[in-house]
Amino acid sequence: MGMKEKLHQLKLKYQDKKMAPAFNAIHTFLYSPNETTHSGSHVRAVDDLKRTMNTVIMALVPCLLFGIFNAGYQHYSAINGFPTDFSLMEHFITWDNFWLGAITVLPLVVVSYGVGLLIEFIFAVIKGHEVEEGYLVTGMLVPLIIPVDTPLWMLAVAVAFGVVIGKEVFGGTGMNILNPALTIRAFLFFAYPTWMSGDKVWVHEGVQRAGTADAISGETILGYLAQGNTEALYAKYNLSEMFFGFIPGSVGETSTFLILLGGLFLVFTKIASWRIMASAVAGSLVMGLIFNGIVDAGWIPEYSKFYGLMQFDFWKHLIVGGLAFGIVYMATDPVTGSQTNKGKWIYGFLIGFISVMIRVFNPGYPEGVFLAILLMNVFAPTIDHYVVQGNVRRRMKRLKNATILPKPSDGKAEELKVETV
Amino acid sequence: MSKDIRIKKGLNINLVGAAEQTTSKAVLSNVYALNLNDFHGITPKMLVKEGVEVKAGEPLFYSKNLEEMKFVSPVSGELVEIVRGARRRILAVKILADKEQSYHTSKTFDVETASADAVRTALLSSGCWPFLKQRPYDIIANPDATPKAIFISAYGTAPLAADMDYILKGKEQELQVAITALGKLTPGKIHVSVGKGSNSPLASTTGINLHKVSGPHPAGLVGTQINKIDPINKGEMVWTISPQDLVIMGEFLLTGKFNAERTIALAGSSVKTPKYYTTKIGAEISTFLYASGVKEEKFRLINGDVLTGSRTTPDGHLGYYNATVTAIPEGDDYEFFGWNKPVFNKISSTRALTFSWLNKNKKYDLDTNTNGEHRAFVVTGRYEEVFPLDIYPLQLLKACMVKDLDEMEQLGLYEVAPEDFALTEFICISKQPHQQIIREGLDLMYKEIG
Repeated sequence: MGMKEKLHQLKLKYQDKKMAPAFNAIHTFLYSPNETTHSGSHVRAVDDLKRTMNTVIMALVPCLLFGIFNAGYQHYSAINGFPTDFSLMEHFITWDNFWLGAITVLPLVVVSYGVGLLIEFIFAVIKGHEVEEGYLVTGMLVPLIIPVDTPLWMLAVAVAFGVVIGKEVFGGTGMNILNPALTIRAFLFFAYPTWMSGDKVWVHEGVQRAGTADAISGETILGYLAQGNTEALYAKYNLSEMFFGFIPGSVGETSTFLILLGGLFLVFTKIASWRIMASAVAGSLVMGLIFNGIVDAGWIPEYSKFYGLMQFDFWKHLIVGGLAFGIVYMATDPVTGSQTNKGKWIYGFLIGFISVMIRVFNPGYPEGVFLAILLMNVFAPTIDHYVVQGNVRRRMKRLKNATILPKPSDGKAEELKVETV
Repeated sequence: MSKDIRIKKGLNINLVGAAEQTTSKAVLSNVYALNLNDFHGITPKMLVKEGVEVKAGEPLFYSKNLEEMKFVSPVSGELVEIVRGARRRILAVKILADKEQSYHTSKTFDVETASADAVRTALLSSGCWPFLKQRPYDIIANPDATPKAIFISAYGTAPLAADMDYILKGKEQELQVAITALGKLTPGKIHVSVGKGSNSPLASTTGINLHKVSGPHPAGLVGTQINKIDPINKGEMVWTISPQDLVIMGEFLLTGKFNAERTIALAGSSVKTPKYYTTKIGAEISTFLYASGVKEEKFRLINGDVLTGSRTTPDGHLGYYNATVTAIPEGDDYEFFGWNKPVFNKISSTRALTFSWLNKNKKYDLDTNTNGEHRAFVVTGRYEEVFPLDIYPLQLLKACMVKDLDEMEQLGLYEVAPEDFALTEFICISKQPHQQIIREGLDLMYKEIG
C-alpha cells in the first residue's frame, strides 16, 4: 500500500472528527485532494489558492536569500569597513555572510511561520473549517519587513496579535480588512519603537554593541536624508548599491532589483495586479515631483528638517526604503486592496502618493509605506463602493430611458390601489 | 437593423472529444422520463394516474400556479411510474413506450393571421410553452407577461456543445413558422444570433433581427447577447428559447403534433466515437451512449455541456432542453504535489506554473476534479477577464451570498442566469459554487419581489 492509499485511509478515519482540518491541511499539502465537482460547472481550472500563494512565495524567495547574505554583509562591513573594490562573489556571496545571515534570519522565518500557522490551525480546528492558505504568504512577508535583530519573543507576540486581531476575528483569510503582515509590522512599530527605528537596529549586533568600544551602526538611506546628511549619504552609498540593495534596512526589502524581478514575475503569472503596481509607482513619482518642485521653487529653506527628504530626486524614492517592497508584495494583497479594476488604479495611486508624503513629513521614522497601505486598506471598500455605484447609476439611467412595457398585472395593481383608497 | 457583436472577454475551453458530424438513429428507448428538475420552480399537478395510456403530446401534468401550462408526454405509452422524493415531491414521470407510436393531434391554424392569444393558448396546451424561458429569474416564461424582446442564440460556444448549424439543417420551415408565431407574442423584436461565418438556417428566416457574433465563450450564451443588444431593465422581461426547441415548436404549429424528436451531440473524452444521434426527449441515455462506447469505467455523464449541464447516469434520461450529452472522466484521485508542480495538461487562467497560455488551440482532456478546495473569496480581478457583461461579478455574487436584495437588484441580478456565471465558476481560484449562488439569489428575489 502506497503513501497515497495510506493517507486516504487516514483521511476517512479523521472525517468528521475535530482534528480533521489539521490532518487535511497536511494531507492536501502533499496531495491535491480527490474532490470532484458536485454543483455547477463539472470541470474546473487548475488554479487554486495554494498555487496562488505558492507563486507569491516563489517571488519572495530571492528577496529572502538576498536578505540572508545582506545581513552578513552589513554586519561584517560595519565591523571591518566596507570594501573599496566591491565584488559580488568576493564580498557578498560568501560563506561567512550566509552563515551569519542564516542564523539571524532563519529563526525569524521559523518563528513567524510557527506561531502564525499554529494559530491558524487552532482556529481551523475550533471553527471546523479547512486551514486557509493566506498565512503562507504573510508568514514569509513578516521576516522580510522587520529589522534583522528583532527579538524572537517580540516577533511571536506581534504575530499572535496580527493573526488573531488582524485576521481571525474578522473570519479568517479573505475576510480581513487590514493586511495581516502590516498589522504585525505596525504592532511591532508602536509597541517596541526603539527596536524598529534608529541607526542601530538595521545591522546585526548593532544594539548590543551600542555604547561599547566596538559600537557599530548602519543608518538607513532614509535616516541619512531625514537628518539632512545628503553628502554623507552619497559618500557612503552610490546609486547602484541602493538599487541592488547592498544597504542597511529591513531584512528583505533592500534590493529593489530583486523586488522588480519578483514584481514582473507576479504580473506575468497574473497573480498580482499590475494596475495597483503601476499606479502606486505613478503615485509616488507624482508626490516626489511635487516635493522636488517645492524645493526648486525655493519655498523651503535648507535648514528645514524636511529639506533632506524633499530635495531627494523623485524617482529615487522608489529604490530606497520599503516602498518598492510594499508596492509589489503588500499593496497588491487582493483581500485588503481594492477589488474593482478602476478602484485598483485609485487605490494604488494613493498608496504611492501617501507613502512618499509620510516619508517626507515624518522624519522621526522616515518610512511611510506600511502606514500608507494600512490607511488605504481602510479606504479600499469606500473606493470600491463609488466605483460600483458608477455601474449602478449607469443601470438606473438605462432604466430611466427605457419604455417599460405595460404588464397586465400593473392594471390589476392599480385597481387594487383605487379600492383601498 | 442588425448589430454585430464581438466579444473580447472570455475563455474558450477546448476539450477532446467533439462530436463528429454524422448522425445515427438511436435505438428506441423502452422507457421515457420527464425529469422535474428540468423545470425549475414548477410544482406539478398530475393529470394522469399511474397505469394509464397516453398518446405522444398528451398532457401529463400542469403547473400548479398556472393550470393552462401543460407538460406533455414525449411518446405514447403507459405511465408506469411517478417517481417521488422527500415529502412526496414528484421527481420524474416515466412512460413505457408503445411499439407503435400514436400522436395526440391538435387542430392546426394559420399562424400568419392568428392572434397572439390563439398562439399563446396553442403553445400552452401543446406542451411547447415550457421551451420559453424568461429573464429575470431564468424560469419558464410567464404567459401573462409581455416580453420586450425574444432572444434566440444559434451559436454554441460552450465546450463540446452541439453545432447548431448542423442540427438545424433542413429545418427552415419549422423555424420560420415558430418565429412567426413568437413574433405575435412580443411587441418588440426577435433577436437571433448566429456565429460569424455560419450558414445557420435561422439566418434566412424573416421577422428577425439577425446578429453575427464572434469571440470566445460566453459569446454564444444568450445572456451575453442580451446584455450587448438590449439589456434588461428592472420591470422588463425578455424571453429566450433555444433553436432545437424552436424546431419542435415549429413542427407542432405545422402538423398539430408534438414530436419530441431531436438531434443531440454525444461528446466528451470518455466517449469512444463521439457523434450525433437522433432520439427523443426523455429517452434513456444508454440507448445511444453504448452505441458509441465509453472508454473508462468511471466517467461523469452530463445532460448538457460540461459547464452548465446536470449530472446523470447511463440509465438516466435525456433532459427536456439539452442538445448535448457529455461524458468525461471522473477525477476522484489524488495528485502528488498537485498544487505546486508545473501543469501542462489542464486549463488555467493564470500563468502560475501553468502553461495553457502557451497554446490557445490545444485540446484538453479535463476530468471532474476540483483541483483544489473550497475557500473564501480571495483573489480579485480574475472573473472580469472572462465575464463580458456590464456587471461586477464578484460584487453580485457577494450580494447574493448575504441575501441583500437591494444590492442584488442594483448590481443587475435581473439580467443574469446561472449559466452566465459558469465560466467565472470554472476559473474560480476559491472554487466557489457560483451558479448555485446565483440560482439561490434568483430564487430569493423571485420569492420576495417576483
